[in-house]
Amino acid sequence: MSTQVFYFVATLSIIFSLMVIFAKNPIHSVLYLILTFFTFTVHYVLLNAQFLAVVNFIVYMGAIMVLFLFVLMLLNLNNETEPSKSPLIKIVGVIAGGCLIVTLIGSLKATAISSPLILKNQGLGLVENLGKELFGPFLLPFELSSLLLLSAMVGAVLLSKRDEVEA
Amino acid sequence: MDTGFIIEKFILVTVIFGISLVIAMYSTYAERKVAAYLQDRLGPDRAGPFGILQPLADGLKMFMKEEIIPTTSSKWLFIAGPGLALLCACIGTAVIPWGSPVLIAGKVIPLQVSDINVGVLYIFGVVSLGVYGVMIGGWASNNKYSLLSAIRAASQNISYEIAMGLSIIALLLMTNTLSLKQIVEQQHGFNWNVWYQPVGFIIFMVCSFAETNRAPFDLPECETELIGGYHTEYSSMKLGFYLFAEYINMFVSSAVMATLYFGGYNYPGMDYIAAHWGPTWAPLFGTVILFAKIFFFIFFFMWVRWTIPRFRYDQLMNLGWRGLIPLAIANIIITGVVIAIIEKF
Repeated sequence: MSTQVFYFVATLSIIFSLMVIFAKNPIHSVLYLILTFFTFTVHYVLLNAQFLAVVNFIVYMGAIMVLFLFVLMLLNLNNETEPSKSPLIKIVGVIAGGCLIVTLIGSLKATAISSPLILKNQGLGLVENLGKELFGPFLLPFELSSLLLLSAMVGAVLLSKRDEVEA
Repeated sequence: MDTGFIIEKFILVTVIFGISLVIAMYSTYAERKVAAYLQDRLGPDRAGPFGILQPLADGLKMFMKEEIIPTTSSKWLFIAGPGLALLCACIGTAVIPWGSPVLIAGKVIPLQVSDINVGVLYIFGVVSLGVYGVMIGGWASNNKYSLLSAIRAASQNISYEIAMGLSIIALLLMTNTLSLKQIVEQQHGFNWNVWYQPVGFIIFMVCSFAETNRAPFDLPECETELIGGYHTEYSSMKLGFYLFAEYINMFVSSAVMATLYFGGYNYPGMDYIAAHWGPTWAPLFGTVILFAKIFFFIFFFMWVRWTIPRFRYDQLMNLGWRGLIPLAIANIIITGVVIAIIEKF
């Protein structure tokens, strides 16, 4: 049952991810990206990582993508405004893509056939256990990353403030 | 997963869905009656006794009106907008505990669709998704007023979500759980969370007003500046969906407020009732009490709408970012310090 659900949702993820790239309209792209994140949330639930699922839901779908959509709506991009690229760039792109495939296949060949990783503790993704891990063994990295985020936030506020003073 | 379980949940979901829709329908009637009362008028009184059939008449009118899809709109998103708004409004009811488990026909049935252990975060996620209906509809209309309204709705929602989340954190410090069921059970009798978290409750309530786009924060629909706001181009039942979504949102936020802060289905003297009324009627009475609280909050939403004038947009942002967020952070710190002191001694 779970395996079938996984394959179904994984197919949807791939389809939606492709649609993000192929959609002509940037707004449609973002909407497909939201759907892609939605399928990711389902994946997290299937992996029994409830907290990650819900945070992915709130932060990515509920906040970050709203901001993406917000900015794109303000920019008012159209199909016509998309710059057409010169053939030279297209050729360079194809060659670079080919090189990437060769590298990827080479590195995949080096690793053995994927061995499924079994979690020691199945309930690791539940809020309680995750909290104990984060505030226990991983306290320092957790606090450091939150400081980093705070400094980024203060920096953003400072940048917008300075503009106001000059104008 | 046995069939009985699925049937039980299916019935529960259907009943809750039906109740949400009926309440949304009669909220439109209640809103007009409350407005009439506050402005010393009669309100709707033609359809049926006391105008009680007015929502049916309105619904029929909505269905009968001609439906117009603007030719310059992006058609599928234009249709998806109101549908998404209604969907996001409805799925919030899934984790709210409507009553303690009830004994029906020799079987104990929990009156909650799903007791997930991240219930509070789920509600929060649904609230943050709610804005997509407005944004997509506003953008797809291909109308400047709709677009401006959609952008207003987005920035308003994001701003007030932060204060809302911070006010919930202070509550979670006390409850030590994210499951709505356990939060309700901790508030047995008259031991409601609002006595411990009055500031948190006020912040949460103000944010719910902003999240549901209700007056005094209904700037996305500010008709003096934006005509009809995001639903300017909408007609017929699509417009009806947007209006319905607003009332269902109101119902769900009232239910969440009653659950988180006002004890859900708990009431003083519930042990006495439980001992005397038996395991079938006592829980159902608790559900009635919960709905009484919900109706009070819905009334409160309307009361505020017809009392306080609309904010200006910069006032709204100032209140959110400079008023509520620092207040909520201070509330978290004070709560944390008090809990630490209590645990120490």
